[in-house]
Amino acid sequence: MTVDVNVTLGRWPFRRTPGDESGAALAQRLRARGVTQAWVSHFDALLHTDLAAVNARLAEECRREPLWLPFGAVNPTLPAWRDDVRRCHEGHRMPGLRLFPNYHSYTLSQPVAAELFEEAARRNLVVQVALLMEDERTQHPLVRVPAVDAAPLADLARRWPGLRVIVLNQRPGPPGGVRALVEAGAVSFDISMVEGTGGVAKFVEAAGAERVLFGSHAPLYYWDAASLKIQECGLAPELEERIRHRNARAVLRAA
Amino acid sequence: MIWDLHTHLSGFDGATPREKMAELIRFADRLEIERVIVFMGYPFVYDPTPEQLREQNDQVLEALQPWHPRALGFVYLSPKHLEFSLREFDRCVRDGPMVGVKLWVAVKAHDERLDPIVERAAKLDAAIFQHTWTKVMGNLPGESDPWDVVALSRRHPEVPIICGHTGGNWQLGVRALRDARDVSADLAGSDPTAGLTEMAYRELGAERIIWGSDAGGRSYGSQLAKVTGADIPESAKKLILGGNLKRMLTPILRAKGVPL
Ligand SMILES: [Zn+2]
Repeated sequence: MTVDVNVTLGRWPFRRTPGDESGAALAQRLRARGVTQAWVSHFDALLHTDLAAVNARLAEECRREPLWLPFGAVNPTLPAWRDDVRRCHEGHRMPGLRLFPNYHSYTLSQPVAAELFEEAARRNLVVQVALLMEDERTQHPLVRVPAVDAAPLADLARRWPGLRVIVLNQRPGPPGGVRALVEAGAVSFDISMVEGTGGVAKFVEAAGAERVLFGSHAPLYYWDAASLKIQECGLAPELEERIRHRNARAVLRAA
Repeated sequence: MIWDLHTHLSGFDGATPREKMAELIRFADRLEIERVIVFMGYPFVYDPTPEQLREQNDQVLEALQPWHPRALGFVYLSPKHLEFSLREFDRCVRDGPMVGVKLWVAVKAHDERLDPIVERAAKLDAAIFQHTWTKVMGNLPGESDPWDVVALSRRHPEVPIICGHTGGNWQLGVRALRDARDVSADLAGSDPTAGLTEMAYRELGAERIIWGSDAGGRSYGSQLAKVTGADIPESAKKLILGGNLKRMLTPILRAKGVPL
């Protein structure tokens, strides 16, 4: 049983990936690997401006496929972004949002980020923040998107203590950075970009057992990577269950 | 059968090479990795002096000792110190237990100073591993890209050479290697981006792909997923995960009397 909190539907703009033929094809791959729920955003959300349409398509795909749980995209630099939040929440009944601050040209220390977090907190939505999508060294020369600086999340988490924040695609870095976010509020992390031999175990030490979630970053990454990274650490079964599904369910239940 | 082409002592806990090596093996056991190739000591040095090269190779020799031949080693050399490097090759490979050469980022692979090293390694059937990357922000001054390895290979037909990381940006790297029949692609040390192994398989064929992890900087698991999770035939996975490396190293292991 696995709840994968970091899956993306649609197609990565820069190449095809195995499993991106259709949502159904991707769902079949994940199911075959024991995924029981996947929290999904859409690749179109990275570069499209009409995010209301992207979110409507995402919601429609999720209605057809019970594996998916939709996380809408909102760009707080766009006009009428609050209405996008409202549609995600009230119209599509999404449990949360997935933000791409770097692709959407703002930083987490700007006032627009605080306004968006306030709106999410008011509606009790989960906020996922994707720090980057791919290794910065291999980006398209005309589309170089620096990783999001997650440090200002500490302030945002402190200002809205009940707000559930999930940092996606966090590179491990010095443990101090992760600790600062954990201590600031209800911030957790997925393991998709945690690297190094035994890296997941070390990351759990830094972030705490209840703050680490299973995220694969499929279909951009091979799904097996997240699973084998856990296997490599030889974790206690109880801890492995927490990471694979219990922590994610607890985040949802806290609504 | 899994053989890991690409591991380092760096990144593992432990105060000594032996302690780090014990950690490396502990994790390898969990993923049923049968043999590991270790190269370079710690800390990583981009442009090592002869003294630093010797020190790093000594660290690897010390680490290998309790685990040989489950653990095998490549000697770390720099074409900038050619005379020294040839002597170091003799010490560690000809007269020692190591079975290949690791070249990193001191000198680009197209440089003619690599030629005597390649010739000496080829004479003993030692593997030749050249690190490569293709970074959009630009490589280090002496850092090769796959085209540099192709240039080197053209000067040494029939000598097998391994292109480390397949250039990192593998969509470029695989293309660069298409026509370089003697060059193999190392899968190690990049994010587990889906499609890498499928493209390498399609363009190079299973026989020219070798799996490695780049542990301890990388997770064995994230890297292994590049093969276990790929849409390629099981027979190809077997070659990539161990068959090709075993075939490449069989002559030198036989010559050294190392059990296979
Ligand atoms: Zn390496």
